[in-house]
Amino acid sequence: MYGRKVKLRFFFILSAFLILVLSIALILKSLEENVVYFQSPSEIKELLEVKKKKIRVGGMVKNDSISIKSEELEFIITDFKSEINVVYSGAIPNLFEEGKGVVAEGFLKDKNFFIATKILAKHDENYMPPEVKEALKEK
Amino acid sequence: MASLIGYYSLIIGLFCSLLTIFYSIKNFNDNNVIKKEVLLFTFLQFFFVIISFLGLIVSFIISDFSNETVFNHSHTTKPLFYKISGTWGNHEGSLLLWLLVLTLFIFLFLLKSNNQPKKYRILTLAFQQIIITGFFIFLIKTSSPFNYIFPIPSEGLGLNPILQDPALAIHPPILYLGYVGSSIIFSSALAATASGYISKDWAKHIKGWVLISWFFLTLGILLGSIWAYYELGWGGFWFWDPVENVSLMPWLALTTLLHCILALEKRSILTSWAIILSIATFTLSMCGTFLVRSGILNSVHTFANDPERGLFILIFLFSLIFLSLFIFFYFHKNENKNFKFFLLSKETSILVNNWFMMYFLSVILVGTIYPIFLEVISSKKISVGPPFYTKLIIPFLIPFLFAMAIGPKLKWIKSDVQNKINLIIFLVISFLISFLILKNLNDNFLLNSILLTSAFYLFFITTKDFMIKKVQNFSQNLAHFGFSLLILSILLNNIFSTEVITNLKIGETFKSKNLSINFQSMDQKDEQNFKSLIGKFKINSSKDETIILKPELRIYNQPNIITSEADIKISLLKDRFITMNSVKNQNYFNIRYQVKPFMIWIWISVLLISFGGIISFFKKIYEN
Repeated sequence: MYGRKVKLRFFFILSAFLILVLSIALILKSLEENVVYFQSPSEIKELLEVKKKKIRVGGMVKNDSISIKSEELEFIITDFKSEINVVYSGAIPNLFEEGKGVVAEGFLKDKNFFIATKILAKHDENYMPPEVKEALKEK
Repeated sequence: MASLIGYYSLIIGLFCSLLTIFYSIKNFNDNNVIKKEVLLFTFLQFFFVIISFLGLIVSFIISDFSNETVFNHSHTTKPLFYKISGTWGNHEGSLLLWLLVLTLFIFLFLLKSNNQPKKYRILTLAFQQIIITGFFIFLIKTSSPFNYIFPIPSEGLGLNPILQDPALAIHPPILYLGYVGSSIIFSSALAATASGYISKDWAKHIKGWVLISWFFLTLGILLGSIWAYYELGWGGFWFWDPVENVSLMPWLALTTLLHCILALEKRSILTSWAIILSIATFTLSMCGTFLVRSGILNSVHTFANDPERGLFILIFLFSLIFLSLFIFFYFHKNENKNFKFFLLSKETSILVNNWFMMYFLSVILVGTIYPIFLEVISSKKISVGPPFYTKLIIPFLIPFLFAMAIGPKLKWIKSDVQNKINLIIFLVISFLISFLILKNLNDNFLLNSILLTSAFYLFFITTKDFMIKKVQNFSQNLAHFGFSLLILSILLNNIFSTEVITNLKIGETFKSKNLSINFQSMDQKDEQNFKSLIGKFKINSSKDETIILKPELRIYNQPNIITSEADIKISLLKDRFITMNSVKNQNYFNIRYQVKPFMIWIWISVLLISFGGIISFFKKIYEN
């Protein structure tokens, strides 16, 4: 009915299309699984349930809240409305300071305790992560 | 004074580019030579941009704080070298550098393309001038490096200390040579399409430009990566940060184009592909500039968040995309429909390479753009981290590596795999080696061993080709060999890196099963524009000898920032890397000690890859 060439071309287009659809589906699916959401302490307080997913929490490091031991670091992130306790062991960026903005990545233990796996570095003293700026603006 | 000269040179430069466009349109249907005026104004434009750039450099050197850019980014106590590199260490200056490279390249293009058809040359010039005019207007209107401030401040604000670093001082110029080099490819592809010149000759001509921009882009990315390794103190070389991704995307597109051009040059196939890739490369470079400069992505590259700038680049970008799509669909006629593709041929293997590259590119594109997109439409803030990329890229690396091992062995048109037994023997050897290396590894054994097998396989095959076919196609062998070495080092580095993070006071010792870190003492030293605290650490591990590492904390005077300088003991087999951070008002120091195997081979292999490009470039020049 159709020539060999037409069939081949049809087969080619079909397989290219299938590959395209498959790879898009794959990309979107892993995007869904691997995305990290950002939340402010107040937003966490309003959560209905504490999920086991990795999130980011941002705000200010509360004054006089840093306490450091040989294995871990504890501090409080505040957005001046709500607060959350953070426990962290790992590398501390240079610009981590009381009264300055911070973004911590990790897991919620409950609505008041956050176990951080990473504290994000900032590049200069004036810089504030946009998430933090917004979280503070909303107060 | 220097600022004033710089500013007026810019204005004159803009007029030159308008005049060039005017004369090229006038010259378009004339005779077969390019008019003198066109050449003259192109040269004048280049000349005035140089003057303007020198004006800015001089303002930086003499610390002329009446210039706003200098005031914002310089300081009298800064060493001379960083005063000069501060010229492009900011938004305005770096755009001026863009412009400088743009005008330099079009000038070189005109000089070096004498044997090409006139219509094609003049069209390339016209398209390039459109881009240049856009950048002139952008620079003068939204981000002039020569703004005047009064009263004149007595001292500047200083350059961000983490930018005061040799690798980062030359990173922007090198990277820009790559980015902007792709603008010539873009203009030339559009011109060739519009004048019906997409052919083997065009491929031959543009290949040199592709090679040279690819070389600089590779080198620029490498420099940024090395800098991030020792300066940011994370101890890695790639973080899948959006800012890194936007430089990797044009690189992927350019690499694909490089392979595609080969097919076009030899067999005049894949023409549409070549045009689309040329357009994509420059568009992605522009996109990168837009994302980085508009303040959407936050990083050390974001000098100021100015929505007006972002908007301008966005509009400009979309007009260029629209223009190029119009030219592509209106002028491009697909010829040579009757070419046969055989499954086993160089053409197919190049196509396979292109598909894989496009897949990697789209993964990175989605990972970079999606968070921005989501924030705009739903104001949800998310970030996409390394797991996303590793999950989507790593599995596809396996067939990619195998294809890369076999592909270059195939001949054009129709081919057969030769020495099958050899290939199988290599496969078995690779598998055995991977198995031996990984046998003590518990998690992810299967994936890691398959990955390592494919990497070793590519490594052995390219090494063999490298040894046997010494002269013929040396550059390709070198680049592929470098790539196999790169993948191998990255894999081994990833699998066998170890790290210890702990908080120590002076005099304390951290102890674990086979490692002890002793914080011996702390020294202070005063430098020109910073105070330096140098820690002394004695590190004992059961296998190795004792080593002393001295990481530093630098407290800069202006701006008042603390940076930490890693101390790295480099050897062929592994890097030992330590950083020290302080927490204000605390006695503890945060110590991070890492052992990173084969780190140096990552840098060496990327160098080999880029040398492959530059050797091919010189070979091409020599042949002509």
